[in-house]
Amino acid sequence: MARRSAPEVNAGSMADIAFLLLIFFLVTTTIETDSGISRKLPPPQEDNVEPPVLKQKNIFVVELNKNNDLLVEEAPMELKDLREAAIKFLDNGGGTGDEACKFCQGDRDPSSSDNPTKAVISLRNNRETNYQTYIAVQNELVAAYTTLRNREAQRLFGKTFVEMEKNLKDVNYTGSKVSLKEDIKTIQFMFPEKLSEAEPKK
Amino acid sequence: MSKFNKKKSGELPAISTASLPDIVFMLLFFFMVATVMRQNTLMIENKLPQADQIEKLDKKDLVMYIYAGKPSSRYSASAGNQARIQLNDKFAEVADIKAFILAERAAKREELVPFLTTALKVDGNTNMGLVGDIKKELREVQALKINYTTRTGEAVNNIE
Repeated sequence: MARRSAPEVNAGSMADIAFLLLIFFLVTTTIETDSGISRKLPPPQEDNVEPPVLKQKNIFVVELNKNNDLLVEEAPMELKDLREAAIKFLDNGGGTGDEACKFCQGDRDPSSSDNPTKAVISLRNNRETNYQTYIAVQNELVAAYTTLRNREAQRLFGKTFVEMEKNLKDVNYTGSKVSLKEDIKTIQFMFPEKLSEAEPKK
Repeated sequence: MSKFNKKKSGELPAISTASLPDIVFMLLFFFMVATVMRQNTLMIENKLPQADQIEKLDKKDLVMYIYAGKPSSRYSASAGNQARIQLNDKFAEVADIKAFILAERAAKREELVPFLTTALKVDGNTNMGLVGDIKKELREVQALKINYTTRTGEAVNNIE
């Protein structure tokens, strides 16, 4: 009965093993949140619906051809100028009477858009257009809307539209979320995102 | 010098490192829980374009992913070198998208279905024709909320 008690296992290297695992997980962890341009597709259409009649001057035609060239109102344009051109078109406010735009700061050119609520940007692309060029154009057009919305939000509510949307998502926001939502709706109503995408041409 | 030597008796004991494994384990468990392993093994090239007008997709469980791009070099022999769609872990045809969306919807609780977003992870060098076809399919199954997943950066960088 000379049983020897088992020697105690040395736990000194446990920390090393744990560190090894820790470093493995540290390296492999990607706490990524996907982000991107959010868009809403139009609902499917029945074939026999007449498209609404729009005045030619209220449509801003942006076209991407198969060589990835950007054509705005049938004239070639550099991508960096697109944002400026879109803002100029949306903010023109050339309408009179019922269609007048009180807050627009544009040129009020009668041959351009009447009112931001009427102005439509039509984006047309070819089947062979590159996706990244398309995204770049989408990005610039969304930026044009955001710039104008920021400007009006700053004027009416003292903070930018981007801040307002951020506050809406923030759980620690102290103000009233109901009125914030109303304010956001007001701005969205002033500059509705009317971005129409035509079926790509062959 | 004797003055200093005397003090030696009252020296502080060495700090015990016995609790170090506990701390490390705690960190380890945190990272093990927080780690999200990639859901899908990509079989295509997926270099996303850049944009700066972006929104975050917070609720991961409410996102359906559709990948598209050229098959990566490992699969180019079997799948060709034209841009393809990838759903889950398989190459798919445009016609498979409807079934995929419906299956994803069926797997979610009914009250969450209206909040589902489709994230399009499309390689920058894909033709718009394929993207247009995907969008057409999505419209037909009423999956209208989409998100073009991009990297953060200047849009001008997309055009070399």
